[in-house]
Amino acid sequence: MDLHFGDSKPTDEEREAVDALLGPPASAWEGGTERTDADLRWAVGGRAARERRDLLLPALHAVNDRTGWISEGALDYLCRRLTVPPAEAYGVATFYSMFAVRPRPATVVHVCTDLACAVNGSAGLRAGIEERLGTAGAATGGVSWQPSPCLGLCERAPAALVLRAGEPAPPPGADRPPAGGSDLRRRASAVVAPATAESVARAAAAPGAAAGPSAAMAVPQAGQDGLILLRRVGVVDPSSLDDYRAHGGYSALRRAFELGPSGVIREVTDAGLAGRGGAAFPTGRKWQATAGRPDHPHYLVCNADESEPGTFKDRVVMEGDPYSLIEAMTIAGYATGAHRGYLYVRGEYPLAVERLEHAIGRARSRGFLGDDVLGQGYAFDIELRRGAGAYICGEETALFNSIEGYRGEPRSKPPFPVEKGLFGKPTAANNVETLVNVGPILTMGAEAYAAIGTEASTGPKLFCVSGRVARPGVYELPFGATLGELLDLAGRPESLRAVLLGGAAGGFVRPDELDIPLTFEGTRAAGTTLGSGVVLAIDDTVELPRILLRIAEFFRDESCGQCVPCRIGTVRQEEALHRLLDREGAGAATDVALLREVGQAMKDASICGLGQAAWSAVESAIDRLGVYGTARGSEAGQGPRGDK
Amino acid sequence: MTAVPLQPPRRLIEFSLDGQDTRVPEGSTILEACRAAGKDIPTLCEGDTLTPKNACRVCVVEVEGARTLAPACSRRAEPGMAVRTDTGRARHSRKTVLELLASATDLSTTPRAAEWIKEYGAEPGRFGAAAARLNEEPKVDNDLYVRDYDKCIQCYKCVDACGDQWQNTFAISVAGRGFDARISTEHDAPLTDSACVYCGNCIEVCPTGALSFKSEFDMREAGTWDESAQTETTTVCAYCGVGCNVTLHVQENEIVKVTSPHDNPVTHGNLCIKGRFGFQHVSQH
Ligand code: SF4
Ligand code: SF4
Ligand code: SF4
Ligand code: FES
Repeated sequence: MDLHFGDSKPTDEEREAVDALLGPPASAWEGGTERTDADLRWAVGGRAARERRDLLLPALHAVNDRTGWISEGALDYLCRRLTVPPAEAYGVATFYSMFAVRPRPATVVHVCTDLACAVNGSAGLRAGIEERLGTAGAATGGVSWQPSPCLGLCERAPAALVLRAGEPAPPPGADRPPAGGSDLRRRASAVVAPATAESVARAAAAPGAAAGPSAAMAVPQAGQDGLILLRRVGVVDPSSLDDYRAHGGYSALRRAFELGPSGVIREVTDAGLAGRGGAAFPTGRKWQATAGRPDHPHYLVCNADESEPGTFKDRVVMEGDPYSLIEAMTIAGYATGAHRGYLYVRGEYPLAVERLEHAIGRARSRGFLGDDVLGQGYAFDIELRRGAGAYICGEETALFNSIEGYRGEPRSKPPFPVEKGLFGKPTAANNVETLVNVGPILTMGAEAYAAIGTEASTGPKLFCVSGRVARPGVYELPFGATLGELLDLAGRPESLRAVLLGGAAGGFVRPDELDIPLTFEGTRAAGTTLGSGVVLAIDDTVELPRILLRIAEFFRDESCGQCVPCRIGTVRQEEALHRLLDREGAGAATDVALLREVGQAMKDASICGLGQAAWSAVESAIDRLGVYGTARGSEAGQGPRGDK
Repeated sequence: MTAVPLQPPRRLIEFSLDGQDTRVPEGSTILEACRAAGKDIPTLCEGDTLTPKNACRVCVVEVEGARTLAPACSRRAEPGMAVRTDTGRARHSRKTVLELLASATDLSTTPRAAEWIKEYGAEPGRFGAAAARLNEEPKVDNDLYVRDYDKCIQCYKCVDACGDQWQNTFAISVAGRGFDARISTEHDAPLTDSACVYCGNCIEVCPTGALSFKSEFDMREAGTWDESAQTETTTVCAYCGVGCNVTLHVQENEIVKVTSPHDNPVTHGNLCIKGRFGFQHVSQH
């Protein structure tokens, strides 16, 4: 590899930030400042460093956290340290929206403009912030702001997140282990939700001061009897391993060791657990397929890159009950024959990252992770990875690339992850909600678990209810409850106009369709999808065409750009929806037809789910809600759709 | 004659291609099967010397039972698979992809693009005059070759050729994402400040003319580029002992560019800076 570095040098601060992560450089070849005699006699090939390419993303974070952006000198330095070609690292750095490669102030305010926030007044918030902080991207008084996709705070919309580089994080739990052993200065963060221009300005001035709202606030049912997945949220102290154990924690892992790996897989299969990330693939089958691959090592990946607009359930679980996820990952690793699990958390969840880091550290120090988990001779450890602002990294193969230090672009399937996943090895990838079902399955037994819900959709399900409801939040219901029942729990708005099911990648349903059972099969039969469990209620104060435009903008922004139907199709979709903002009826027909044609190609020919779903919400709004005055099949030459 | 390297015998698998029972060696792609059967599937990002990236999606075909269409260039034929290459759905996607590409990118130097646009009835103009385009100025920062990313379809072939698939130089990568993604050096530095070694292997694989010899770029600007008046002569590079095959493209007695035969089992179309660009001396003798 022709490693070619420019002349820009890192500042001491940047060097320190990288060294705190990677350790001091071993020689001048690696970017050390002093040339020793030995350095002059031989060069090291960098092979060892190259094998740690997966530290690229953490290294970019280290610099960005310290100074707020990634300079040429800093990029060069970390490329030297990791033997990564600078052009590639630059390609990676520019892929993520939380990194900047041009100077910017240390404090950056991310203002959510996504669905739930749009419905609850983010436009006004934006205007207020613009007044104080100038246009997006401008640096006013050491602060800059940028519009952001969904921050996963939908239950408290409108939301903003303040990140300040170089400052220590607010002191969380009392028994927090020293991060990295040194005084590793990290960024401070503040979650502001519901946000006003004033509260955002205050948080921007002192982001370390504000304590985040508690996870329980997002769970209207908190403390109620009969909860399975949420039973500990708001009840246990998320920083205390002992409290977790006092509430039944780690009994599932003990049961797993009694059952043995194949016994665990049998239980999970018999329980009928299906993936909660949207694809509903049987978890037991996935684990079995991974466990059975002769190729080693096997990896376990927990997909905690929850970025679907309107989704925040994983955040609430991770913040409120972090050990349950750690325990579930350990069980999954044990069942699939993995000794290392990667927990990939989205970058916009600083509190979840902190709680999980803490929990992993405690579990490790108490023998629940490490070389010999619970003295059972099974070695398992978890590496936490922070995403950096890219919705697409929630696609499992994109997530693998991201962990490996490449651009978060999806890979083509086949081969599937169980065969060639992370680092090209057999990998079981599961999302947070799927994994936290495993504990209850093992403690209550497959049969009792399968008795919950319906025959084809077993167990409890989490729903993220937001928008125009009285009590937004995460709800747990057995599969099979109807949409209407869920909305009643959350406080249905008076003049319900539509419900977005499954998030931006899902679809709209009408107020007269509230008897749709919330199951995989029920939503499918109704020609829609459960997706990730988003239920966003919209009343008639909301301008639907604007919401559609925001959905289109979201997909255009988040497309990785790899394939043509998605890269250009999402742009053309957004353009057509712009034109449609003030058109209806006949004038709209050409653009609606164009949307259909581009949408069909995106659905059919895109590489991954992002492009394939980029038009589904818009399509449902046209077909089911008759937005633009074009109800189902009414425009010329089009038959009814959506029922395929 | 080209030497054919011997390969271990491969099992034949059977599948159905447009209703015809077809047998191909195990591991063949659907595209290879189509080509063997004389079917003309359009391709843009596929390259004969590179691992398919299947990014352009202009080669999609319908696989029975699959939810989405499959890229023929990279999907391997499987026993019992039923593939249809010419369904309405497949043709619709191809047409739309061509429309989308042509509406955003300058395809004027992409071989066969105009022909396919016609064949599929694609109308790039339907997205309106205000449709976003790449709008890039050609980057002329060295004397050997020009990068005109207005013509770039982001097929990743140059990145792969520069990177781990051939040259191992890694001077360029994709930066940014989505519609704003561009092929770029680090910090968008000029090529002269990058790791580029000017082997020109990226030009060799670029399917659109986004990367071209400076000589070709200048002649196109001046309106003197005339492919029909050019002859091609394949000979052996005279510089060093490796002995690569070079193909000289000559117009009016001047070498205007140099390519290399892809079917050469040693070089696969790759050259170094001397063989690729060092042709001025020929005219000086
Ligand atoms: S569909 Fe979109 S996000 Fe997925 S690979 Fe293609 S361009 Fe990337
Ligand atoms: S410059 Fe050429 S080879 Fe490179 S991505 Fe663009 S079109 Fe492909
Ligand atoms: S192209 Fe380069 S490597 Fe090949 S023969 Fe010529 S000088 Fe030698
Ligand atoms: S040629 Fe197959 S996707 Fe481009």
